[in-house]
Amino acid sequence: MPAGLLNHQARLSLESRFENIEVAERVLLEILRGSQTDADQQYWLLTALREAVANAVRHGSRGDFKNRVRLGVNLCETKLTIFVRDQGPGFDSEAIPDPTEQQNLLRPSGRGIFYMRRFMDAVDFTQAPGGGTLVTMSRNLERGPDKETRNEKSDS
Amino acid sequence: MKSQIRDVGDVRVISLTGKIAIGSGDVMLRQLINENLEQNHKKLLLDLRGVNSMDSSGIGEMVASYTSAKNRDAQLKLMNLSPKINDILQVTQLITVFDVFDNEEEAIAAFS
Repeated sequence: MPAGLLNHQARLSLESRFENIEVAERVLLEILRGSQTDADQQYWLLTALREAVANAVRHGSRGDFKNRVRLGVNLCETKLTIFVRDQGPGFDSEAIPDPTEQQNLLRPSGRGIFYMRRFMDAVDFTQAPGGGTLVTMSRNLERGPDKETRNEKSDS
Repeated sequence: MKSQIRDVGDVRVISLTGKIAIGSGDVMLRQLINENLEQNHKKLLLDLRGVNSMDSSGIGEMVASYTSAKNRDAQLKLMNLSPKINDILQVTQLITVFDVFDNEEEAIAAFS
């Protein structure tokens, strides 16, 4: 890589506990410190990360603290990529109903993946080699604050 | 998450501050609303001015609280949403479910 290009990486292996969501958040914030992201954009990136790690703890490890949640964060220039891997049996992400459809609005769950997709450019779920689900989320930080959210707000 | 409770006439105003998220306020919100419903409070107004973050679990508990209130013939309304919480309610379309107010006077007047 040419000298001077922004390139930060972090890898963590966390106990599968909800308390560790905040550890993951601190790592992402530290990585973003050297970028040009503003507080608004950081908030939505942290929201997507929080949902991915919460899903890994809740569904991937199902309360077994011995299981691990593995987190990777790469920031290369303006491209942020986040990897979250759990040790669960996996699931069909396409089978999750759209929480914004009228008949699903009063469902108390099922919005985590929607958040992730909303606040990142791309979100992929794959079966990890050796088992578990690997979530890969990316976003081009040049995109700026969440414009879709802001447009909707101003339209309403 | 922290809460403060006061009554304005027959409306119970519950002011929340902090984060409502998985493992950090979501269960507390559920317990708080259920306690007040069990005490037969029929008009609940959640003041969210001090809530700085709400993840999908927090939103889920808000929805569950709304449903619990409705099932007990009670009303749950929201006021003083921060811009971020307002954004979340917009993108999830839940803004169409909840009655949301910018100030307490209007919110209190809206209870039938």
